[in-house]
Amino acid sequence: MIEVQKLSKFYGQRKAIDEISFTVEKGEVLGFLGPNGAGKTTTMKILTCFMPASSGTARVAGFDVFEQPLEVKRRVGYLPETPPVYNDMIVADFLAFKAALHGIKGPDAKKAVGSALENCGLSQVGKRLIGNLSKGYQQRVGIAQAIVHNPQVLILDEPTIGLDPKQIIEIRGLIKSLAGERTVVLSTHILPEVQTTCSRVLIINEGKIVASNTLEAISAQLRKGNVISLLVKNNVTGLMGKLRSVNGVANVTEEPADGGAAARFVVTAANGGEIRDAVSEIAVTSGAGLLEIKRESLSLEEVFLKLTTVEPSGSQAGEPSGGAL
Amino acid sequence: MTLSNTLTIAKKDFKAYFSSPIAYIVMAVFSFIMGYMFFSILNIYVMQSAQFEQFRMGKGPSLTENLIRPIWGNMNVVLLFIIPFITMRLFAEEKKNHTIELLFTAPVRLSEIVFGKFLSALGFVTVLLLLTLPYPLTLSIATKPDWGVIWMCYLGTVLMAGVYVSVGTLCSSLTENQIIAGALTFGAVLFFWIIKWAAYNAGATWGEILGYLSIIDHFEDFSRGVFSTKDFVFYLSAVGMWLFLAYKALESYTWRS
Repeated sequence: MIEVQKLSKFYGQRKAIDEISFTVEKGEVLGFLGPNGAGKTTTMKILTCFMPASSGTARVAGFDVFEQPLEVKRRVGYLPETPPVYNDMIVADFLAFKAALHGIKGPDAKKAVGSALENCGLSQVGKRLIGNLSKGYQQRVGIAQAIVHNPQVLILDEPTIGLDPKQIIEIRGLIKSLAGERTVVLSTHILPEVQTTCSRVLIINEGKIVASNTLEAISAQLRKGNVISLLVKNNVTGLMGKLRSVNGVANVTEEPADGGAAARFVVTAANGGEIRDAVSEIAVTSGAGLLEIKRESLSLEEVFLKLTTVEPSGSQAGEPSGGAL
Repeated sequence: MTLSNTLTIAKKDFKAYFSSPIAYIVMAVFSFIMGYMFFSILNIYVMQSAQFEQFRMGKGPSLTENLIRPIWGNMNVVLLFIIPFITMRLFAEEKKNHTIELLFTAPVRLSEIVFGKFLSALGFVTVLLLLTLPYPLTLSIATKPDWGVIWMCYLGTVLMAGVYVSVGTLCSSLTENQIIAGALTFGAVLFFWIIKWAAYNAGATWGEILGYLSIIDHFEDFSRGVFSTKDFVFYLSAVGMWLFLAYKALESYTWRS
């Protein structure tokens, strides 16, 4: 549905995106992930024919974005970072205007506006001024304008930015329900969003694609070392040294847990070797009182950080941390 | 370029004037100033007529020369001040609110957007001109004004306003700041009003060129009730040129942004 090949864009001397290539299949929900300024918005603006690329090609639904922009624009629904809504217009009138721009008029337009309002949960506010709506509802109006002409491809630039947690959940649900047979490209720098909505992720950093796969595959790929977290009742002296001396252990760190009543050791195995049996044995035989042993999987944040930050070797990317943002 | 898309955009922008206080404030200000001017000019005309009746000396004041032409001449000056306020929002506001992304990613051509915006502003100016219809109508109750002259004055005014609006469209496409757009428009339009001043000191050739560029000179014939093809073409080509520049400015905006 979307084919991008060696796409580059320069802003003066600065390279916003650098020869990126990717494809999106029909019906896929692609998460476009990257820190601010990574080139997500630039790529989306090129895909929606808002601006031309410096080099490379992009095809949407079989049409080149530069050669046949009108054909591409007919098939794409786009929600930019700032919802492009007119504050002094009534919601339904605004959607009718957008439909008219797509050549949908008369009774067809009425139907299209009606179903867009319903799909986005806007039926209650159809007669209200957009400027008087809350940020969450304005965002919904932004999504409604993107789907009013029933496009094959939906491109959403940070659809949940600036919303409160409840609204975020609602918008995510809305996006999921819209996906269906549509192809959706969604950009975000909020990680759980990708987890909940996308079938595939594309991580972009400094204008380059650093990873592209399903989420599970990417984190498996990165889980080079096996990381084990060990919770013990008594931090007996010498435990640290014993753990370190286990064959196959690369690193051990210690942190207080349960308000100092217990201690947690994070043991990293070299080359992903199996060390759980040896480690637990030491914990038991040393009389530390083993409370818990578990394998830490790399959370999405860590995957993301690992891919988008350049750190000196021996980085702490494997360190477990809470999943909340 | 299809008419349907152009009209969709024109309609949206025309309505936008009336869904904010802009339209009503501008209409009120314009009506007040024009009403005051009509009243004053009419008073002077009545005085002159009375004096002529009393003394029967020289030439009597004529309805066209002493009433209709001054009114339209002044109307053009008022429009010169008011039109920048009407056109400044056309593109600047869309850029500021990011709604330009909606227009530029919709399946419409840039030329349709530019022309649609131009039509919306010119449409609103036409509404302003309609507000002045009561003046000639009241005249025709008391006397017999030359409606040929009046209609030609209206046509000339619409054409001249078209040039103002096209300059305004260009200026608004250059910036996302409405004040800047308005100030640029006012400066540019005023300059083309007084461009002839330089003609007096310029050589013969340059003098003629500068004189030809003067917007107001091309109104002369219309204000006498004469349809002048030459001036008609001048106004249309000026509109075309400014809109083309606006088109180019917006095209480069997407290349740069």
